[in-house]
Amino acid sequence: MADARHDGLRERPRGAGWAVAITSLCLLALLVLAPLVVVLVEAFAEGAGTFLDAITDEDTVSALGLTLLVVAIVVPFHTVFGVAAAWLLTRQDFRGKALLGTLIDLPFTVSPVVSGLLFVLLFGARGWLGPWLRDHDVRVVYAVPGVVIATLFVTLPFVVRELVPTMEAIGRDEEEAAASLGASGWQILWRVTLPRVRWALFYGCVLCGARAAGEFGAVSVVSGHVRGETSTLPLHVEILWGEYHTAAAFAVASMLAASGLVTLVLRGLLERRVRASKARSSSAAHASAALALETSISSVPSKGALS
Amino acid sequence: MSVGAATRARLASPRLPGFGVSLGVTLAVVGSLVIVPLLALVVVVARAPSAHVWDVLSADRTLAAYGLSFGAAALAALLSTPLGLGIAWTLVRYELPARRLWDALVDLPFAMPTAVSGIALTQLWGPSGAFGRWLAPLGLEVAFTRAGVVLALIFVSLPFVVRTVQPVIESFPRETEEAAASLGADRLTTFRRVILPALRPALVSGATLGFARAIGEYGSVVFIAGNVPFRTEIAPLLVLVRLEEYDYAGAAAVATGMLVASAAILVILSRRGALRHG
Repeated sequence: MADARHDGLRERPRGAGWAVAITSLCLLALLVLAPLVVVLVEAFAEGAGTFLDAITDEDTVSALGLTLLVVAIVVPFHTVFGVAAAWLLTRQDFRGKALLGTLIDLPFTVSPVVSGLLFVLLFGARGWLGPWLRDHDVRVVYAVPGVVIATLFVTLPFVVRELVPTMEAIGRDEEEAAASLGASGWQILWRVTLPRVRWALFYGCVLCGARAAGEFGAVSVVSGHVRGETSTLPLHVEILWGEYHTAAAFAVASMLAASGLVTLVLRGLLERRVRASKARSSSAAHASAALALETSISSVPSKGALS
Repeated sequence: MSVGAATRARLASPRLPGFGVSLGVTLAVVGSLVIVPLLALVVVVARAPSAHVWDVLSADRTLAAYGLSFGAAALAALLSTPLGLGIAWTLVRYELPARRLWDALVDLPFAMPTAVSGIALTQLWGPSGAFGRWLAPLGLEVAFTRAGVVLALIFVSLPFVVRTVQPVIESFPRETEEAAASLGADRLTTFRRVILPALRPALVSGATLGFARAIGEYGSVVFIAGNVPFRTEIAPLLVLVRLEEYDYAGAAAVATGMLVASAAILVILSRRGALRHG
């Protein structure tokens, strides 16, 4: 949210301002910074040896493998879905658009545990499709497919939410120009739309991947916690914590915290690019508006003729 | 912009291709991932004997869990609001050393996986933790009490308040404050009468978003909450408990209560257009 426009307007706090600034920053450090610090401190509390043992442990490696597998499935899936849904929501007009947008946003407001529950009700032993799945010897819940499906649900809005505001800000003009010049839909998508929204798309994928790697509640409901089989990294943290292997739990947690920090850094770098691409488009829109205004003015009879 | 739009309308713009493909992909995904699972939930609740659903929903344990989840979420949102305002104000208005780092720190609760935040908060505020050990001699316990639940939910809802209010403070015209000052208002009066009313919609939106998120929060809370039925058991955990007892209908009933509440909040927010900030 750093904005260069405001740098000149910042001032030194005066009087009560000092109290506000110091209290706010102290509480921010106490509430938010301290948990991050404690993860790193506790991870090495029993020495680097314990840390290395914890992160190279067989179960940790298999949890890391499953986490990476989930990310590798979820991110490409949502890249395709996100582009399709954003195209539909910003480049097409149809009835029920608002309802569709609400449905896509829904996973964002549903409790992670309820998200997991939905898929147990659907695929569980006593769920809708449970008997059919059992007859065909397919395991979804308490197995890897359940983990993937629950994560797909939880991460559904991420890419769409980054693409839609950017594509709305850019507007349809260039795509319509391409269409009127005879470009096909795929050509418009590859040559016109995607190059302009690539940073927003990448940013959405980063957020989606980070959430997929870190999802805990939904995955915890559907995974069944089978150690070494359906355990992702966050679930493995829970298992280690529950067994009072505190240093090991924090060692694995520090891997996840590191991925969170990378996300934060990328967020800082990408948000400026996304904002820049929106700003460029709005200045382009202003330019075209100014041009339109100019043509309409020049088509008006001159002042002399009016008076 | 409006001129451009008007021109476009007059020229009867060409319809962009890809309606069929994008509609097909979107409906297939939303249908199979959102609509069908939600239908499954509705059908499970509807098919269950209504007496059982009623028993689960009116059980003291369920009411206690709802009370804790909604109450702690509301309290956390309430406490996050002045704190979030203070942080946003400090970040926008004051010269700070390492301001970009402080600013990035606000997003940490978004970026950190919830289980990691959960064990970190528990470790810090537990009886032998860096903070908890100073509170223990005073007879104050945070971890494994309701205070711990509220603390974890403040952690979760704080970024929503800061990130909703921050852009409004950034765009707030300085001239208004200067005008108030030139008319003789002292800084406290200016803040109360001029600044706060302008920020109120953003504060309400931010707090509501934080509240909505906090109701269903699981990972950050479940470690620091004591998880004792009737006292420190949050509603999402109760869903899990019912599910582990193979009481699908009971789990679905508790979940439906939470979903109805979140859906109501979503509708209110989308009417206000507030979700686009999140």
